Amino acid sequence: MKELTGDNLFKILAASIAASAVVILIITAYTLITGSGPVLQRFGTNFLFGSNWNPVEGREAFGALPYVLGTLVTSGIALLIGVPLSLGIAIFLVEMAPKFLRVPVGYLVELLAAVPSVIYGLWGLFVFRYWILNYIETPLSNYLGWIPVFSGTPFGLDIFTAGIILAIMIIPTVASISKEVITAVPNSIREGAYSIGATKWEVIRHWVLSYGRSGIFGAVILGLGRAVGETMAVSMLIGNATGPAAIPTSLFRPGQTMASLIANGFLEATGPLEKSAYIGVGLILLLVSLLMNVAAQLMVTRVLRVKGGAVEQ
Amino acid sequence: MTNLKMSNKNKDTTINIEQVRPDAKMQSIALSAWFGSKQALKDINLTVKANAVTAIIGPSGCGKSTFIRCLNRMHELVPNARMSGQVLLDGKNIYGNETDPVQIRRRVGMVFQKPNPFPTMSIFDNVAAGLKLTGTKKGQNLNEIVKKSLQQATLWDEVKDDLKKPGTSISGGQQQRLCIARAIALQPEVILMDEPCSALDPVATAKIEELIVSLKHDYTVAIVTHNMQQAARVSDFTAFLYLGELVEYGDTRSMFENPKSEITEKYITGKFG
Amino acid sequence: MINYTLRKFKNRLFFVLCAVCVTIAVIPLLSILYEVVSRGAPQLSINFLTQKDADGGIGPAIQGTFILIGLTSVIGIPVGVLSGVYLAEFGNNKYAASIRTVNDVLTEFPSIVVGITAFGVVVLGIMGSYSPLAGAVALSFILIPIVARTTEESLKLVPNSVREAALALGVHKWRTTLSVVLPAAKGGLVTGTLLAIARIAGETAPLIMTVLGNAYFFQGFSSPMDALPLRIWRDSLQPYANLQAQGWGAALVLILIVLSLNIAVRMASRGRLRR
Repeated sequence: MKELTGDNLFKILAASIAASAVVILIITAYTLITGSGPVLQRFGTNFLFGSNWNPVEGREAFGALPYVLGTLVTSGIALLIGVPLSLGIAIFLVEMAPKFLRVPVGYLVELLAAVPSVIYGLWGLFVFRYWILNYIETPLSNYLGWIPVFSGTPFGLDIFTAGIILAIMIIPTVASISKEVITAVPNSIREGAYSIGATKWEVIRHWVLSYGRSGIFGAVILGLGRAVGETMAVSMLIGNATGPAAIPTSLFRPGQTMASLIANGFLEATGPLEKSAYIGVGLILLLVSLLMNVAAQLMVTRVLRVKGGAVEQ
Repeated sequence: MTNLKMSNKNKDTTINIEQVRPDAKMQSIALSAWFGSKQALKDINLTVKANAVTAIIGPSGCGKSTFIRCLNRMHELVPNARMSGQVLLDGKNIYGNETDPVQIRRRVGMVFQKPNPFPTMSIFDNVAAGLKLTGTKKGQNLNEIVKKSLQQATLWDEVKDDLKKPGTSISGGQQQRLCIARAIALQPEVILMDEPCSALDPVATAKIEELIVSLKHDYTVAIVTHNMQQAARVSDFTAFLYLGELVEYGDTRSMFENPKSEITEKYITGKFG
Repeated sequence: MINYTLRKFKNRLFFVLCAVCVTIAVIPLLSILYEVVSRGAPQLSINFLTQKDADGGIGPAIQGTFILIGLTSVIGIPVGVLSGVYLAEFGNNKYAASIRTVNDVLTEFPSIVVGITAFGVVVLGIMGSYSPLAGAVALSFILIPIVARTTEESLKLVPNSVREAALALGVHKWRTTLSVVLPAAKGGLVTGTLLAIARIAGETAPLIMTVLGNAYFFQGFSSPMDALPLRIWRDSLQPYANLQAQGWGAALVLILIVLSLNIAVRMASRGRLRR
């Protein structure tokens, strides 16, 4: 039996408090799993692959598919638009910006992360959605409305707008990690590239970005994880569709993500089965988000740890 | 890079005819260089003769690397770096208003102290990298040039079956020869070498010294070295730099046997360094 | 031979594009700040900041946010800091490594999921009703992993020589940690904690099903309570312009709280890093 010294007591105390992380994890998993029990028992895999959402007693049907798709589509849009922007910003900050711009601009980009999601939603609802509607959606709908992805009359609260606001919200994450990755590229590689007569852009495109590609990929996955879990701004801008109507068929139609569904509908849920359905969606959301982040951690730490010297990719 | 353009653009593009030497492939005229406020080179007037090997020797910190990096405009890539004076390539100032550093670096290649083959590319692609940038298409032409460059760098026989392997999968000495092949592939006119053997073992060093001597038939070579015996072995001309200034320059044999300056003599005989 | 002018053009083009990217990213930030200030500022008045909803104010929301910050800090900061202390000072083993991994995982939990958990544990379980405690528990679940990680990082920055000096004087490790190491890492600890608080102050999703929202001031630990993010959300969904305007006012107050915390942290850490 170890001595009950002050040091040992302290260590044990601190160790037990540190276990709170595990406790939180277990409580969360337990609550979600038991909470989804009823709906999963009742519908089994139909819960994951079904599209109906009917809480009426006697005719209940709960399927999470439209919301899973909605999450994937909005996150996909976020990546499509947000990642190139983030890379451009990272390249600007590391390779291009004159010294006096570097800190202020970097700070402004970081501030994007400090704005609460509900304020993004508020701004989106009253300001941004009209920019998107007037300058992008309506023209696209007028000229290209025959293409299925652009079909329907847009009125601003739809999958597209939600996706764009997600793009803005993931920029700080993807840009800051990309910045670190690009900075970590050894200078010897840049020098080698310059010495064979490459332009600055060629050095970045063919050598810097390719050297850092797994780190950047990790940053992208991390951004994807953020996009997947983002709730308020999306719930305020996505149009709040439910059931089969929520299946994302056109960018300009209302939709729903897993997170926005819960935010919009949880409080109104009556009856244990309906509440269980929302918790079930929460469980799927958690699992998807975990998957993204585990993958990202593996990539980013692998690259950032192997900074200097010869590297085998 | 934008802040550098101000100090590097020479307002006066006229060159004093008397100063230009006809046998010089490259020539520096009143070349000074700074890192921020610290001056690394003071008023260097140095000739690099065509189709010869010129060694640049001197103790640590004397500015030899800085000098050589001014010859292919790599010096300006360091933040806060600036220079003044002129560097002539075939009589034309490479820092002129009209001149693009990218073009210069194609004509003046460089091999670095620590071998830096591109880790994300195969051996073949490493050599071909510069060519691909200028649009040499895949196929016969590219393969030919890569093979020739590797042969000239005396690396072909050792890697000819492993061209797809990553550039970093070979030994240090081989990596350095790969870097030489990479530079040669562009058919530069001048090859600059910044202490190319200091990270290598004696066997690899010997191979590269042989290579350097053979290169002078087709190229002009300038090599920075802290190893005086190496300078004596491979070079035709030697320049001795000390504290940022050119102390002495001459053909290698007479400089080593009969140094004109006292400092040179002290350095060569190992009294300091 | 690829046209050299083409390469030069591409070079310039792509750098213009990068600068454009930066501009595109900065525009939303500037617009948000502009809109929040221009639409929210006219709402600000003593009445607005102190009265309850029926009297045209957001007093309950402001009070609720501060109560939540207080409760969450009381629950979360000691736990987070002590966790960080364990990881930094005793953390060279497998147990600590797994705690670290779990912490990293927790920081990425979607906040709505945290809300569901607190709903189950506190609203349905411990308290039996919507409760400020439920909200605080949810926010603590978010705060603790963040504070644990920043505490660990700050403590690791304290040079070992400091610890060794104290230990060599015969001071016990626990005393060393509390009286010597923690104060030495004070700057990093404070900034890390402030940033975490700024983060949770703006969280809405975990509050939806835990504190619910309320038009009245704090009514005890077994009643719903309001908070600024909830108020903003409710007001944004209102069909009446004057109510929407109140939402902008609340947004201005929230942004002021969050941004001032962020800026204070930024200035404090810049002073510290310039050694």
